[in-house]
Amino acid sequence: MRLEYFQLIDRIVDLNLADRKISSEATVPTTSTIFEGHFPSYPLMPGVLLIEAMAQTSGWLLVALNSFKRMPFLAAAKDAKLRTFVTPGQKLAITAHLDHDGSGYAMTNAKIKCDGKLICDAALTFRVLDFPNPEMAKDMRDVAARIGLKVEVPADG
Amino acid sequence: MSSTYDTIANIIAETCDIPRDTIKPESHAINDLGIDSLDFLDIAFAIDKAFGIKLPLEQWTQEVNDGKATTDQYFVLKNLSARIDELVAAKGA
Repeated sequence: MRLEYFQLIDRIVDLNLADRKISSEATVPTTSTIFEGHFPSYPLMPGVLLIEAMAQTSGWLLVALNSFKRMPFLAAAKDAKLRTFVTPGQKLAITAHLDHDGSGYAMTNAKIKCDGKLICDAALTFRVLDFPNPEMAKDMRDVAARIGLKVEVPADG
Repeated sequence: MSSTYDTIANIIAETCDIPRDTIKPESHAINDLGIDSLDFLDIAFAIDKAFGIKLPLEQWTQEVNDGKATTDQYFVLKNLSARIDELVAAKGA
């Protein structure tokens, strides 16, 4: 994880398009400027960033299901539960499942576990739109390559 | 009024916390009931699940933006019910 750059996923562990599910992993950094404020004497991974990690994992699933032709944007987080503290150095296992593929939107269910224990979970809503520009589509493909998201990208994608 | 209408009226009442008796077949989901686009995604989700269809929201939006349709055709509830009935019939055809 590079929290300051909103890079919350280290690696895609598994992508199953047939079952519409994905798993990723990420390790909370031991140092970050974010911990200078949250909190100086008791560093905790902010809950909103745990939700973002679930959103990014869900997002990669949606990008893959759309063959890199469309981009999901987080629109809502429902029933978000932050069940326990997450501290620097902890290794997180993040999973997401597509609940519904609508017209221009999608719903996922996501969760994060640490050492097998459920840390947080939420139901997420995304608007799924065309990429606003070709540069963003390329950026996403570059990040996908870095985190090991393997999916066939159409030549015109 | 059809059961389709009753189903979507109940979905709207529950999803958006709108009193059921204020929802009428002539109600416009956006202009009369004040449902915004994000809340409408929840309604669309519930409708998709209830009827086993996929409301073509993107197509409808494009048609409205292109001036080929009015929002009344899709978002007045009696009209929305008719569109849903058409989609259900097309699915079974």
